[in-house]
This record gives sequence, structure tokens and C-alpha cells, in this order.
Amino acid sequence: MVGILEDKDRIFTNVYGLHDFGLDGAKKRGAWRLTREILQQTPEWICDQIKASGLRGRGGAGFSTGLKWTFMPKQESERPHYLVVNADESEPGTCKDREILRNDPHLLIEGCLIASYAIRAHTCYIYMRGEYVFERERLEAAIKQAYEAKLVGKGNIHGWDFDIHVTHGGGAYICGDETALMESLEGKKGQPRLKPPFPAGAGIYGCPTTINNVESISVVGTILRRGAEWFAGFGRPNNTGTKLMAISGHVNKPCVVEEAMSIPLRQLLEDHCGGIRGGWGNLKAIIPGGSSVRMIPAHEAETALMDFDSLSALKSGLGTAAVIVMDQSTDIVKAIARLSYFYKHESCGQCTPCREGTGWMWRVMERMVTGEAEMREIDMLLDVASQVEGHTICGLGDAAAWPIQGLFRHFRSEVEDRITQYRAGKPHVQGATPVAAE
Amino acid sequence: MSVRRLPPTQPASFAFTPESLEKAKWWIGKFPPGRQQSAVIPLLWLVQKQEGWVCEPAIRAVAEMLGMAQIRVLEVVTFYTMFMLEPVGSVALVQVCGTTPCMLRGANDLMAVCKKKIGGKDHLSADGKFYWQEVECMGACSNAPMAAINDYYYEDLTGEALEKILDDFAAGKGPAPGSAIGRQGSAPEGGPLTLKDPALYDGSRSKAIKKLPNVAPKPKKEPAA
Repeated sequence: MVGILEDKDRIFTNVYGLHDFGLDGAKKRGAWRLTREILQQTPEWICDQIKASGLRGRGGAGFSTGLKWTFMPKQESERPHYLVVNADESEPGTCKDREILRNDPHLLIEGCLIASYAIRAHTCYIYMRGEYVFERERLEAAIKQAYEAKLVGKGNIHGWDFDIHVTHGGGAYICGDETALMESLEGKKGQPRLKPPFPAGAGIYGCPTTINNVESISVVGTILRRGAEWFAGFGRPNNTGTKLMAISGHVNKPCVVEEAMSIPLRQLLEDHCGGIRGGWGNLKAIIPGGSSVRMIPAHEAETALMDFDSLSALKSGLGTAAVIVMDQSTDIVKAIARLSYFYKHESCGQCTPCREGTGWMWRVMERMVTGEAEMREIDMLLDVASQVEGHTICGLGDAAAWPIQGLFRHFRSEVEDRITQYRAGKPHVQGATPVAAE
Repeated sequence: MSVRRLPPTQPASFAFTPESLEKAKWWIGKFPPGRQQSAVIPLLWLVQKQEGWVCEPAIRAVAEMLGMAQIRVLEVVTFYTMFMLEPVGSVALVQVCGTTPCMLRGANDLMAVCKKKIGGKDHLSADGKFYWQEVECMGACSNAPMAAINDYYYEDLTGEALEKILDDFAAGKGPAPGSAIGRQGSAPEGGPLTLKDPALYDGSRSKAIKKLPNVAPKPKKEPAA
């Protein structure tokens, strides 16, 4: 067997698009089964089951999905409730939601119906990143089928009036933050809002709103059908379930695969991806959860498990389970500098530490790549990174700081060598070169 | 942040085609009454699909259609980097992903090809047919390196593969999007290693579950006194 999850326990059975994405195919693979019975239970039962399954949000933060739903008001008022699905997948390394959107959209639509019932919402918006044009066409087609079959819509066969709409963004990473997404959904530029008020109190249009990741919503139907304890049976306690993992970078065969949580990172790479290019010994470092988490070096990757607790113990994180592998040939300083450019490009400009800090950090990182920076700038850079971290409205400031901190935590000597080498043989006076200005 | 400004030369007017107008109404209908502003990004996207880029008269037209202040629409256009503020190539808009996962697998080679065949980044080619830019992560990292050409993803590229695709576009052929090395979606090269159990697809899976687990028993009715 490849990996540790058996085929019969996979939720996303059409990840690779070998089968019909449409309603008939999805039904054959088990979607839309017993949905009516699920909606005959109380919303509390659904929330309790999802809590018992241990499902933690799959969008990066890892907050308990069932618990999040219970934050919604228990009674509907004149302000309607909304479910918003965050399909603005733009974290570098992450390409898992795309497979759901284009190949298993009915699992998502069914999950939206169940989640909406659980939070007493009659309207759901799926906010997709604008670049996913093909995926949007697929999802729209699937929703059309669901409307025609009266699975959703007013007076549908499940007895819960429910409208589902797809909308899209315009290529801004920041709109993956839930409050920025709400701003964007309201037709404004995507600058995050301060919390509180939390979305469950005042979200889109000032109404109670729950925002979930695509994958979190798509697994809900299967969890309820097969039982919370089935889902909770995978992975370690507090890190349960199955998870789509996306592997990119220097492995022999990059892929997206659904695996049980807590699978050893090494096993994931060797079983599913044909191992590291040039063998395990050629591994340099791994970013295990999308660009926003700190990297781990090869010797830590040896024993790391793909779950929230194991990776945060290594001062990294599971994030979206997007594994970026870098082998010994990688210019690791350049790789992180490119991420710094990404954050500089995607900063929304609202908070000063992030707007100015991301650009400053990128410029210094570029000088570290060539080695023309000064030694003392390393500590200056880490100092600035720690001042950006935690001093912004949303998490982008933190996300910009962490990759840099991870680099210097494990590979500081490499940067120092580079600076020394650059200077070797060059006559210079300490302090004569301008330190990063601005 | 990226600084984006409207260029000084702008067309005199803009009008939606009847098809775009119909689609615009469909988009507006998705949102609650009075919340039509929510449709601003999709409408601007329609403009871009119609004209190839978003010009100033179009910004005014969208503002009028949605009852928004023009400055708010301008804000949106300059904030979201998917909106092109100047005319792009008549044949292809090539967007090469340059973020780390693609960079690790050779995005720089793709950009070198673009430089050679099209010219400088963010400029129209000499013949006006092509325009290329480096973009941030497009979300196809397991199929890196990739480029989006006219909205569709061309994946698992090499310099030569991209060169051929660009030649095909120049020759008026529309090369099919997808993996350049024949991968099935994001499956590992050489075919999927998982999801091979035929029982997943013969319909038995949907029938296997007869009733919901963990359902609380219905409370017994009190016998009538």
C-alpha cells in the first residue's frame, strides 16, 4: 500500500479528474447520499458531530470548524445569516482546493447546504480567486446541475431553502484573510477589518457570517454520513482526519494527495512523490505548510509528522499542508527572498509596519542573496521582522516575517558565509556601504 | 503593494456589448437588493474580457451601472492586480508564475523564453500580439512551473515547451491547456498511485451507507393518560 490511508477511506475520490465531475458521477461516488436525513437532524446535532470529529479548519489557522459554527446567533433575526466559502487559494505552495473545485465540486455544494443549515443561513457565497477561470466554469456548471435537480434552491427536496452563488476576486492574496475577503465581497478593495466585531456577529453586509475554507466544508457531508468517530480515527488526538496535501518543489513526482493526518513527512514524500530529487540525503529544507510558515531543515524533517502539533513543536506549522521541498542545489536565501518579494507585492498597504516593512525586508533580503549586505544587518533584519510580526491587523505581517525568521534560525551561517565571501579580497571600511535605506 | 496608475492615453468611450450587459445583469442579480456594489469585480472582469483591458471610460460606466462613486471603482481597479490598465497582446497575455515553488522548478527559464520571444516584461511585443508579465503564485504549485495564457493554465512547462506553445499561438493555433508532459491533473507523473480501488466508482459506495450513524433515538411518546 502507498501511504497510510486506504482508498476506501478517501473523501475526495476524484482528485485527479479521471471521473465525471458532474452530478451523476458524484452521486455514484457517494455524494448527496442521506443529505435529507442529515437536514432532518437539528443544527446542534450537526455542530456536535463535527466537533466530535475533531475537524480543524483546513485553510491554515486550524480552528475547530464545529466550534466556529456555534458562534453564530441561535435565532434568525431580520439580519439574514450568510455562509461564505473561502476559495481564494493563493498561499504559495497550496493547490488543493483547486482539485476540489474542478473535480469534486458536488462535495463542496453539498457541504455548503449542510453547513448553511447548521448556522441557519439561507444564502452562501463561494468566493473564488479570480485566476481560477476554468475551476469557476466547472463549479458554476455543477451548481447549475444541483439547481436543476432541485438539490438546492428555493423549495428544494431537502426542505431548507438555500441559494448558492459563486463570485470571484481580482488576484489579491490578501483576500484570503476572512475580513479582507468580506470587504472584497462587498465590492471594495480587500483591506482587512479589525476584529471584533467578529464575522459571526457582523460579517458581510453587517450580518452574521461564517467563513470556512473549501476543504473544511467539502468534508462535512462525508463525516456525517460515515460518523464522527470514523474521521476521528485518523491521525493523532487533536489532529484528526484526512487532509489533502500538496507537494511541490524538488521531489521526483510532485502531486496532490489525500492522506491521513499525522503521516510522517518523510513517508509522505517517499511513498507518494518518489522521494527527494537525488535521494533523502540531498534534502536541504522543507517548508511544510505553505510559504507563511517557517522552514524546517532536513534533520528535523526526518521525524516530523504532518500535523498541527508536531510541526508547531518545530516552530513551523501545518498551515495548508502545502509542502515545498528544497534540495541541496537550492539557493535557499534566494528562495526566501522571492517569498519576501511576494509579501511585498501582496501587502494591502493598510498597516504601516507591513506596507513599509515588507518592502524593506525584501530589499535587505536581496542584498543578502548577493552577499553585499553587512553582517550587522542580519540582526537588524530580524529585529525589523519581529516588529512587523504581530503589529498588523491581519496575519500578512506575521506571514512575511516567519519565512525570514525560519531562514536565519537554521541557515544563518550560510548567509554569513556569503557576506564574508563577497567581502573577501575587497578592500572595505565597515559601515562605508550604505545600509538598507528608507 | 504595487503602484498602479492609469496611463494618460485613454479611449474616448466605452459601451458594454449586449452579451456583456446580459452577463452583468446576471452578476448583479446574485447579490441582495441594494448590494449591487458586490458585483464590481466581476463586472470589471467582464470589461476586461470584452476589451482586453480596463480603460477609464469603462470605470465610469461600471460606476454608473452600480451606483458607485467613480473613485471607489478606480480604487478597486488599481488594487486588484488582475486588471490590466493598458492594452495587452491581441493574441496572448502570458502570465508566468515566478513565486518560489515555480522558481524552484525552473520559472526563470520560462521568463527567459518570454524575454527572448516577446521582449521586456510588462510591455507589448513589437508586433502588438503578445504581452507577458511575471505574476505571483497562481495556485498550481504541484504542476510547477506554469504559465497562465489567456486565463488558462499551461503546466509542467520547460523552456522548450513554452516556446512551442508561444509559436502555436503566433501561428493562430490554440494549443490545449494542461500539463505539457501529459500528467493527469495533479497526479504524480506516470499515473496515480492512489484511488485505484474500482469499488469507489461502481456505485456501491453510495449504497453502502443505509442510515446515519450517531443519530439520537427519537424520544418515546408519553403514553396517553
